[in-house]
Amino acid sequence: MPEPRTILNENGELLADSPLDLETIQNLYESMVIARTYDHKASAMQRQGRLATYAQFEGQEACQIGSVAPLEPRDWVAATYRDAAAMWAHGYPWVNLVLGRTGDERGGQAPEGVNVLPPSITVGGHMIHAVGLAWAEQLKGTGAVALTLFGDGATSEGDFHEAMNFAGVYTLPVVFFCQNNGWAISMPRDRQTAAETIASKGAGYGVPGVLVDGNDLLAVFAATAEAVDRARNGGGATLIEALTYRMGPHTTTDDPGRYGHTAAVGMWAERDPLERVRRYLERNGRWDADWEAGIEDHAHEIVEAAVAEAEALPPLSSDEIFEAMFAEPTTQLREQQRLARGERAHD
Amino acid sequence: MTERTVAQALNAALDEALEAPDVVLLGEDVGVTGGVFRVSDGLFKKYGPDRVIDTPVAESGIIGAAFGMAIAGLRPIAEIQFMGFSYPAVDQIINHVGRIRNRSRHRFTAPMVIRIPYGGGIGAAEHHSESAEAMFVHTPGVKVVVPSNPYDAKGLLLAAIDDPDPVVVLEPIRVYRSIKGDVPDGHYTVPIGLAAMEHEGRDVTIIAYGAMMKEARAAAVQLEDDGVSVELIDLRSLVPFDTEMMVDSVRKTGRAVVVQEAHRSAGMASEIVAVLQEHALYHLNAPIERITGWDVVIPLRRAEKHYLPTVDQIVAAARRTLEA
Repeated sequence: MPEPRTILNENGELLADSPLDLETIQNLYESMVIARTYDHKASAMQRQGRLATYAQFEGQEACQIGSVAPLEPRDWVAATYRDAAAMWAHGYPWVNLVLGRTGDERGGQAPEGVNVLPPSITVGGHMIHAVGLAWAEQLKGTGAVALTLFGDGATSEGDFHEAMNFAGVYTLPVVFFCQNNGWAISMPRDRQTAAETIASKGAGYGVPGVLVDGNDLLAVFAATAEAVDRARNGGGATLIEALTYRMGPHTTTDDPGRYGHTAAVGMWAERDPLERVRRYLERNGRWDADWEAGIEDHAHEIVEAAVAEAEALPPLSSDEIFEAMFAEPTTQLREQQRLARGERAHD
Repeated sequence: MTERTVAQALNAALDEALEAPDVVLLGEDVGVTGGVFRVSDGLFKKYGPDRVIDTPVAESGIIGAAFGMAIAGLRPIAEIQFMGFSYPAVDQIINHVGRIRNRSRHRFTAPMVIRIPYGGGIGAAEHHSESAEAMFVHTPGVKVVVPSNPYDAKGLLLAAIDDPDPVVVLEPIRVYRSIKGDVPDGHYTVPIGLAAMEHEGRDVTIIAYGAMMKEARAAAVQLEDDGVSVELIDLRSLVPFDTEMMVDSVRKTGRAVVVQEAHRSAGMASEIVAVLQEHALYHLNAPIERITGWDVVIPLRRAEKHYLPTVDQIVAAARRTLEA
């Protein structure tokens, strides 16, 4: 197994030059704290019956915050149900993320100017969307790129092959970011592919593959920044495999005790992506308990405000469920809307 | 005005549409060779490889990439080579193309066209003669149109390209070249959702669409020759469909024959019959007749004739409604 690229080790020591200054790292650390606060809040809400199924991302904060950090607002993000932190980091409001998980289509309504697709719920189909987004930007000559996040399980889908293949053939400005968190529900990574690494799959498409320590914010940032630069400058796509671990169950409906997931949790806890950045900041005089308490308070305020706003919104009405199928409802939808109201459809 | 075949009319529409810089055509063999049916003949040379894009052989990829392009502001036209090859892309169409407007509450839309040659009658290889339109009709969020003649072929394709939502354009392979007609030069559209009244009559309504209009027209001529006054409707738009024209007609004639090439069960004809009984039951003088393909895999070349609806079947069905 090749060694993944690491910049910041588990003790918070630099193994190579940092690609970021301390102030930026403080900001990204704060983002990871906010993301984890949301993740814990959402899990708790699900247990209280306030959310539908929830897919935790704890342990993957460095992957999600670090990979989005090099993007510009005009760039695209196409991600999954486990990527709330990445979506938020690119401008998708927490209130939308909470709404989506309460079971409300308006969660998918990103504000104008936020180039983040609603999360893909089926596995793998969105990677080819990133290809199309990147292709359109290439044809328009805008210089914008697309980043798509997906898991190790998604690389078994046919759409992974088709997306990588199109990106290779047309030298498209897209970054494929695989969060290899070890599990696809109950199936370990070695049951998804016989290849030694997922990164090695890039070779089959003429796309460079890069292996990084997914719990190292700085390595994730550096690898993605290089891939984004290459894409923006006409160099085409990159496949990044970030090694990380899903610290929780697949979703709140899952029992990971049934399939041997929990044995490694302790080892991965020692590689916690927040803790190693915290140690690094502390080492450099940029962290103390008061500062931590301040950003945690701020994180709770942000998340609680989003939850309150989402829960205050009344559900879509019967009439409204017909209103967003097309730009204008068809005659058939208008008739069905009347039937749903209990009116007669016809004379 | 120029006399064109259905294929030539579609080519003229594509040519017209590609004048706009945000329109791209993509699919297998659509570029250098002009498509397996030559519908995009000459366009690669005129607009270049960035606008008329030969893709790898990957239908899900073609539709998924076109979907991404549409979200990012282009107006892609994706060609699937034959309907039987569209099935790998059905996941993209159902789970993404038809849903994005609703799942983003209008924030993101997919104004794209999916062109699919469909239908049998040319003795093609297996998987090349499918009529699976019901699958797309049953998919929320996509419109479906089926031209039967050159004028509608160009006008519906241009309407589909202009439409703010995804439209599946089903192109009847059997009449690509066998039907000619006058087609206006320049831009015009045929509104999506309106049927065409091809012939007015008093005694019986025949409703068909796509390649089956050829048989329906021939049946109408034969019946008229025998003194039966036939009202002939080309449905031409399946989503949305023109309830009003069909209902008004059947309320007048009191009799209806609905024709489709597709398998019999849970097809477009089933939906039309249901709508007619909801809106016109008390005007009926006879049970509504359905002439359809059977619920069998469409037979290969040597036995295909046992599957495809015929003029004689339509005439006989119309006579049964008159004798009831």
